[in-house]
Amino acid sequence: MSEGPLLEVSSLVKTYRSPGVGPFARKNARPALAGVSFSIEQGRSFGIVGESGSGKSTLARIALALDRPDSGGVRLQGRSLFDLPRRELRATRAHMQMIFQDPYGSLDPRQRVEKIVAEPLAALGGVSRAERQGRVRASLEAVGLKASDASKHPHEFSGGQRQRIAIARALITRPRLVVADEPVSALDVSVQAQTLNLMSDLEREAGVTFLLISHDLAVVAHICETTAVMYRGRIVELGETAAMFAKPAHPYTRELVDATPRLDRPTHAPLEQDAPIVAALVERGDEVNDRVYKLGATEPRQGQASRAETADGCPYVSRCAFARPRCREEAPVLETKDGGGRKVACHFPLD
Amino acid sequence: MLLEVSELAVDVATRRGFQRVVDRTSFSIAEGEGLGMVGESGSGKTMTALALMGLTPEGARVSGSIRFEGRELVGLEEDAMRQLRGDRIAMIFQEPMTALNPLRRVGAQVAEPLMLHRALSKREALARAVQLLEHVRLAEPERAARSYPFALSGGERQRAMIAMAIGCSPRLVIADEPTTALDVTVQARILALIDGLRSESKMAIVLVSHDLAVIAGHCDRVIVMYAGVIMESGPVEAVLREPRNPYTLALLEARPGPGAPRGARLKTIPAAPAVAQGNSEGCPFAGRCALTIDICRKVTPPEVAFGAGHISRCHRAGEVGLAR
Repeated sequence: MSEGPLLEVSSLVKTYRSPGVGPFARKNARPALAGVSFSIEQGRSFGIVGESGSGKSTLARIALALDRPDSGGVRLQGRSLFDLPRRELRATRAHMQMIFQDPYGSLDPRQRVEKIVAEPLAALGGVSRAERQGRVRASLEAVGLKASDASKHPHEFSGGQRQRIAIARALITRPRLVVADEPVSALDVSVQAQTLNLMSDLEREAGVTFLLISHDLAVVAHICETTAVMYRGRIVELGETAAMFAKPAHPYTRELVDATPRLDRPTHAPLEQDAPIVAALVERGDEVNDRVYKLGATEPRQGQASRAETADGCPYVSRCAFARPRCREEAPVLETKDGGGRKVACHFPLD
Repeated sequence: MLLEVSELAVDVATRRGFQRVVDRTSFSIAEGEGLGMVGESGSGKTMTALALMGLTPEGARVSGSIRFEGRELVGLEEDAMRQLRGDRIAMIFQEPMTALNPLRRVGAQVAEPLMLHRALSKREALARAVQLLEHVRLAEPERAARSYPFALSGGERQRAMIAMAIGCSPRLVIADEPTTALDVTVQARILALIDGLRSESKMAIVLVSHDLAVIAGHCDRVIVMYAGVIMESGPVEAVLREPRNPYTLALLEARPGPGAPRGARLKTIPAAPAVAQGNSEGCPFAGRCALTIDICRKVTPPEVAFGAGHISRCHRAGEVGLAR
């Protein structure tokens, strides 16, 4: 249809109104998204990683036009989703589908697989019964299930098969974009592998591009060419996935990489390995956030944003071992770092 | 040995009668040792952990032997078990929000085992609870003690539960997926805390996890369970570097590895995970296993030793290392 990006997200801001009562009221005023922009090219799956509260699931909902941002826009194949009339939005939605984390919760146990898988077709309208059956069959076969499975109920399948049913449902409208929010984190390792293989196949053979949201760096690296790291509603680093995880430029990306359990080494308690770097900074007379460094394994306080975070500083400043005065005063913007498509929002990126 | 488990079996009541979910399970834990227990859902790892605590579900039958500090726990009166629980043996659960009482302040909950097992007054116990919360490195321990569980973050709640578990200096702590519900950065901190507590107090820990990588960095030995049976056990290094059981190998190969090319084919395990089969003969992994031969379906595989306590239960154990 167009030569431009498949999905373009620009300057998204979203703040959920707090209910105004109870001890959480004030902290909820922090925006879930504080100006997020990126674009996804057709055929190049895009990953988003970050911890809970980073805004990644809010972003998914807005990208699918399931929720409206306070400001900013989303374009799918050049069409601005929030400016479309309702009927056209419905039709456009058929080009994007969603896979959820929990294959049990997202399938109605009383319905037969055929009805579950065919459900998104209703949004298209005007699909004949024969065509519907044909598409259900094709969709089930595309995910490695049998056409005869259409007459069964969800409980007759294993966990991995149920996730396949959810994927078959997402594929039935032949979408260009599939948003997958933690699609494998509820699955056993062996079943995870089947689902990831299936996603790779669909990207290669069915032309599906994934927007994959996960806390698991290995899963994202397995599927996505480009990945954005989110922290407190902002993208702090964005780049080619493998290169970024091999050599993070943002201290938060490095914290994530170091914290990821690996078979070949113990996980690092945060920042232990930074001792020599921090010592060198102190030597140079730089102010170092030694509170973070000394406490090491202490739980950072969540919820209560410190003054630095609510004001103009870097959102990561209270957790960053390398924070210097400038980081408290001025929020870094996402900027290209020495060519190569890597962008980082940090005044003092790691080498 | 601090704990010696031999020929443990657990049968749970189902509508179709008893079903064996843990079978012929034997292992031991030394003072201060970290033992990892890994397996997929239905492997029996959680049920084994619950059996150690005497917390198997209503109507379950436990047989075999669990000797803790020389005392037999199988068949022990509930009163006597309650004396041990929270004192000599403690447990950390996956979701502190469900394990903690939402209607009671955190400090009072941490204080409770101290009043029960150490006969401290309420006041003494509360003061000690604040110290414990500080010990697990909760920022502002007094504030945390006065808080209700919902006011704490997931990581803070897990720290509070750890404080509750270590209050009476247990010799054995059983942690069932203690970090599964947490962000990776929080997980790393909690695991570091558990490591630290273990090395300072010489308590032993059983770390139950579905994730081999979590166990790799934080345990001395590992047990790999499948369908209620121990498939392989041994020092973590040996089992991960030279797995001698096809199931362990399959688990290792199914994970996307760091640095592997994008979209590379992951090895999968065909068909659905088996449920425990009870007394039936043969290997529970037969059929799903690429090395399956006739004997696997008919004869229960023997334990094959590979030195230094590394054991694999497989008819073709000798060939597994070579295939890699």
